[in-house]
Amino acid sequence: MPTFVRTDKCDGCKGQDKTACMYICPHDLMKLDRDGSETGHAMKSFNQEPEQCWECYSCVKICPQQAIEARHYADVVPLGGSVQPLRGSDSIMWTIKFRNGVLKRFKFPIRTTPEGSIDCFGGKPVPTLADIEAVGNFTAGMMGGFRAGNPAELIRK
Amino acid sequence: MAEFGNPDVIQEEVDILMIGGGMACCGAAYEVMRWTEVAKAEAGVDLKIKLVDKAAMDRSGAVAQGLSAINTYIGDKQDPADYARMVSNDLMGITRDDLAYDVGRNVDDSVHLFEEWGLPIWKLDANGERHDGAAAIGEGLPTLKDGGQPVRSGKWQIMINGESYKWIVAEAAKKALGMDRIEERIFIVKLINDANDKNRIAGAVGFSTRNHTLHIYKAKAILLAAGGCVNIFRPRSVGEGTGRAWYPVWNSGSTYSMAAEAGAELTMMENRFVPCRFKDGYGPVGAWFLLFKAKATNGYGEDYLSKNKAMLDQYPPYGQAAVPASCLRNHVMLKEMKEGRGPIWMDTVTALGNLRNTLSAREVKHLEAEAWEDFLDMCIGQCGIWVGENIEPEKKNSELMPTEPYLLGSHSGCCGIWVSGPTDLGAPTAADPEIDGVPAHLPKGWSWGYRGMTTVKGLFTAGDGVGASGHKFSSGSHTEGRLAARAMVKYCLDNKDLKVELDTPVDALVEEIYRPVRTYLEFKDYSTAIDVNPNYITPKMLQFRLQKIMDEYVAGVATYYNTNDKMLEVAEQKLEMLKEDAMKMRAKDLHELLRAWENYHRILTAEAHMKHIQFREESRYPGFYYRTDKNFVDEENWKVFGNSIYDKTTKKWTNFKRRHVDLVDKSKLFKAAAPH
Repeated sequence: MPTFVRTDKCDGCKGQDKTACMYICPHDLMKLDRDGSETGHAMKSFNQEPEQCWECYSCVKICPQQAIEARHYADVVPLGGSVQPLRGSDSIMWTIKFRNGVLKRFKFPIRTTPEGSIDCFGGKPVPTLADIEAVGNFTAGMMGGFRAGNPAELIRK
Repeated sequence: MAEFGNPDVIQEEVDILMIGGGMACCGAAYEVMRWTEVAKAEAGVDLKIKLVDKAAMDRSGAVAQGLSAINTYIGDKQDPADYARMVSNDLMGITRDDLAYDVGRNVDDSVHLFEEWGLPIWKLDANGERHDGAAAIGEGLPTLKDGGQPVRSGKWQIMINGESYKWIVAEAAKKALGMDRIEERIFIVKLINDANDKNRIAGAVGFSTRNHTLHIYKAKAILLAAGGCVNIFRPRSVGEGTGRAWYPVWNSGSTYSMAAEAGAELTMMENRFVPCRFKDGYGPVGAWFLLFKAKATNGYGEDYLSKNKAMLDQYPPYGQAAVPASCLRNHVMLKEMKEGRGPIWMDTVTALGNLRNTLSAREVKHLEAEAWEDFLDMCIGQCGIWVGENIEPEKKNSELMPTEPYLLGSHSGCCGIWVSGPTDLGAPTAADPEIDGVPAHLPKGWSWGYRGMTTVKGLFTAGDGVGASGHKFSSGSHTEGRLAARAMVKYCLDNKDLKVELDTPVDALVEEIYRPVRTYLEFKDYSTAIDVNPNYITPKMLQFRLQKIMDEYVAGVATYYNTNDKMLEVAEQKLEMLKEDAMKMRAKDLHELLRAWENYHRILTAEAHMKHIQFREESRYPGFYYRTDKNFVDEENWKVFGNSIYDKTTKKWTNFKRRHVDLVDKSKLFKAAAPH
């Protein structure tokens, strides 16, 4: 389903220079209609190219007003179902409604560390230039993931 | 004052430019900053680094939506050689063992970092029960690094709670780089060669999709890792559903086309991937086959994989491995469809029923959530189909369908760019024999100094860009980015005093890149309907034309993936005119300028694909495409790499063969012959 923006919820991210959905859409689909000339709804965003929407839900998940939902591809899918997430800092909740009214809810973890907490080089070795052509990357000696392999397997060596 | 059609030109000089923000560039960003520190401390060289992404790194590239599995994790029980063997067989024998092996020995390092950074990875406990990534921590189960056992959904795959996979990996990359080394929403559309050496890279040019600015980067080393290519074939859904491509719709062949125009040697561009997926939503099937043990049947309930098993023996040895090549699994499915025994079903009802008999109560409860999470983590659109059609997998089966073709080098595909590999694995060197016909200026052997460097000096690639070595997936692409990053630092240190010079003047670049905008502004008032005007073509219509040509003549779904030499001749003529008409694309705003250049990249990628299929006089990938005039696998003449170079001045391709060599013993894959 291409995503759509609800007029009753979108606040255009309060007139900042970019909206959250414009910031995040990987395919440059979301657009803020500043004066309402494109949609009749000033200071609200819209999906400017719905047939290019991957339904990746990046905009749905990031919208601070939960103003974005999806209506699945109309040329493919019968109407009436919905799949709506609520993404928190460590988990995501999904509410799934079938066309026949059946409801399901799921909650899944999304990360095990606080957002923004990654200390990417903390505790990591500083290599020397002499190692720049070594076979392993700079963390090979301490992350336990380098697999040296059995030399007998290499038949041309 | 900049305005539409008249951009400000911003020029910047860096040492290393990274184009793209997906897994490969995130890996490169991480590795490069550590080595940049070392270069400064030890060699006193202060390298200037920049990363540009056409989207936002938090959600860019193929992992934007998330993933439910990491498909390449070697673990402590398998050898990198086993991995190289699997990659080779799945791609019908023609891959670079050096590149696959190198990914195999390094990839788990990246996966262990992902877990440290916060990616939840499912674990098995001592009783063999599975726990999701967060619960595993609560249960006190160790991390992979400390000997924790992952949940395998196949020999190489491990299950994750991956909704935020890209978000997490991007956070580490952004932290490593710092935001002042990153520019988002810049779409690089063209590489620039060195004025003094046409086989060297000197820079790249692109534009902002947010402001009226054109960006010219001069760089010694460039990592071009901008994904694979989607939507060059007419998709099965042509309305709103056009967007529901299996691979990300924003992957527009920029990697292959920009490299080709810069003179880089491409490899195996005839290869394509036609995934068999849940129909219309293109939801993943791996977990259903491998984790839930579901079977696929034809419309009459027959297990066609077993029924048509003999068909696999027609393609020795690739069909005879424990896991036959992906294309051959399509091949036996297509027989059922073509002979009228569709639809094809995934029997989810029986699979879930069987599992209920074998799992613990807690696991059964978890099972339904697992099945849904598989889609919700990476293909929400499939859930959209299920809710719309009232499909609960324990009650109702789902249809399967082979998709439209995709070009990529990181999944079950191996098209891409010919790169320099590692030197310690026994790969051919310049002293080894080569097949006649390789243009003289190209490097000999499989290594020419810098891991991941293309045949253009200073131009590197990773992920979908690296050809002849598939099955890297997300983790392997991150790994390749890291390997290339180190090589780029080395290249910059070795070429400390190199001054590159752009071979094209700035004015000409502005003219070329903004041509669609200027065409629009010049002619827009000629007709009353903005989209119907004899002076220009909209990017959308140009894309439709490309898709129609590729679908009907170059083995798309319209012909059940069949083509022949005569059809390819027609395609060749039509693509040439399309390429000419691409110069008449219009762009009415910056968004359409983005689409115009994406589609230019698609055309060139499509042309490469067509030329390679034309060159390879056999059908190497039955089930992905057939040349009906050469409908066989010819091991004697065609177990070789199909490579090419493009001349941007004459706009012509030169195709040639390169010798294939095994670095690991492939016979270990195949079952012992049946006793007579």
